[in-house]
Amino acid sequence: MRYNERELLSLARQPAEKAAEIRMSVPKKGNVLKKRLVKLVVNFLFYFRTDEAEPIGALLLEHCKITKEEENVFSISFIEEPERKYCFECATEEQCQEWVEALRRASYEFLRRSLIFYRNEIQKMTGKDPLEQYGISEEARFQLGAHRQ
Amino acid sequence: MKLNERSVAHYATCDSPADHTGFLRKRVERHHHHAHHHGTSYQRRWFVLKGNLLFYFEERESREPVGLVVLEGCTVELCEAAEEFAFAIRFDDAGARAYVLVADGQAAMEAWVKALSRASFDYMRLVVRELEKQLEEACKSLAACRKSPQRSSSGRKRHLSNPALQPLQEKPTTLENGYSTWSSGGCVATPGLSPAMLESPVSPETICFSKLHNWYGQEIAVLRREWQERQKRGHP
Repeated sequence: MRYNERELLSLARQPAEKAAEIRMSVPKKGNVLKKRLVKLVVNFLFYFRTDEAEPIGALLLEHCKITKEEENVFSISFIEEPERKYCFECATEEQCQEWVEALRRASYEFLRRSLIFYRNEIQKMTGKDPLEQYGISEEARFQLGAHRQ
Repeated sequence: MKLNERSVAHYATCDSPADHTGFLRKRVERHHHHAHHHGTSYQRRWFVLKGNLLFYFEERESREPVGLVVLEGCTVELCEAAEEFAFAIRFDDAGARAYVLVADGQAAMEAWVKALSRASFDYMRLVVRELEKQLEEACKSLAACRKSPQRSSSGRKRHLSNPALQPLQEKPTTLENGYSTWSSGGCVATPGLSPAMLESPVSPETICFSKLHNWYGQEIAVLRREWQERQKRGHP
């Protein structure tokens, strides 16, 4: 599958929502933990060798499961391959919890559900559709029950 | 750079809803420059927009996307190309190529341009934050209105059963990043954002509740006085 790697690399250089040096393992390499610079930008998680400017890899964070594992450790797995886990060992439990929370909210799908939720609540309370001022009230992606195709 | 391509391709083809789909003709980009311009050619592809990702397939029924355009940070413009109904997806990067796409007609072109220009994660996040604030405001002003006490117990009942306040006090289910939500009936959109709101000392709920509490307290005081007065007058 072709993709615009150049733009993805450019995205990796943007200011991150969250960045830290965390020990990480990828599913293939026998789960050996290696110190990486891990950077969350929109719905992508980039990981770098600590002294390099270009990331080794990127994870799209849609349809993934963030699991709190043992102390200081969390993992990311994807819905169609739940056994293949990317593991992250944080310095502290607090850091671990912060990352778990941040990553669970880091998908476009999560934002979409949040938007539908708030829109619905506001409409119930005020009787007005808050999206009308943006001119996007009719768009399919913002409809409650739109996911019934 | 590695990308979790298998998972990305799965996301493209799974039954999570697409934000926009349709056939478009995609201009073929030449990687090498010839002395003579051979004329541009286009390939018809099936396009699927999901969030900030634009996938394209060889056929509508294809099992895997041929390609992906990550849309974050792009601009979408109408094109001065030779083709009618053409538009381009461009990126800031000076050397970056543009994606020139051609729609079937005016309506299709406008729909695509509109959908693509609002496809970024950043835009979505902005709108969500704005709505979050609006909900907070709505909640505060609702609580403020309720401060004026009413003298009937039915007023109190109405307050307690006010549907607007209930959802905020319910513990919402935390749904993982799009993890199998489509199978559940009815869009129960209670995102994990809410638990944080419930715990925050300045959350709309606590503001609402304390005002509700005060109002409730006032009404009780009034009712108690009325009862005491009735007692004095010898009513049962």
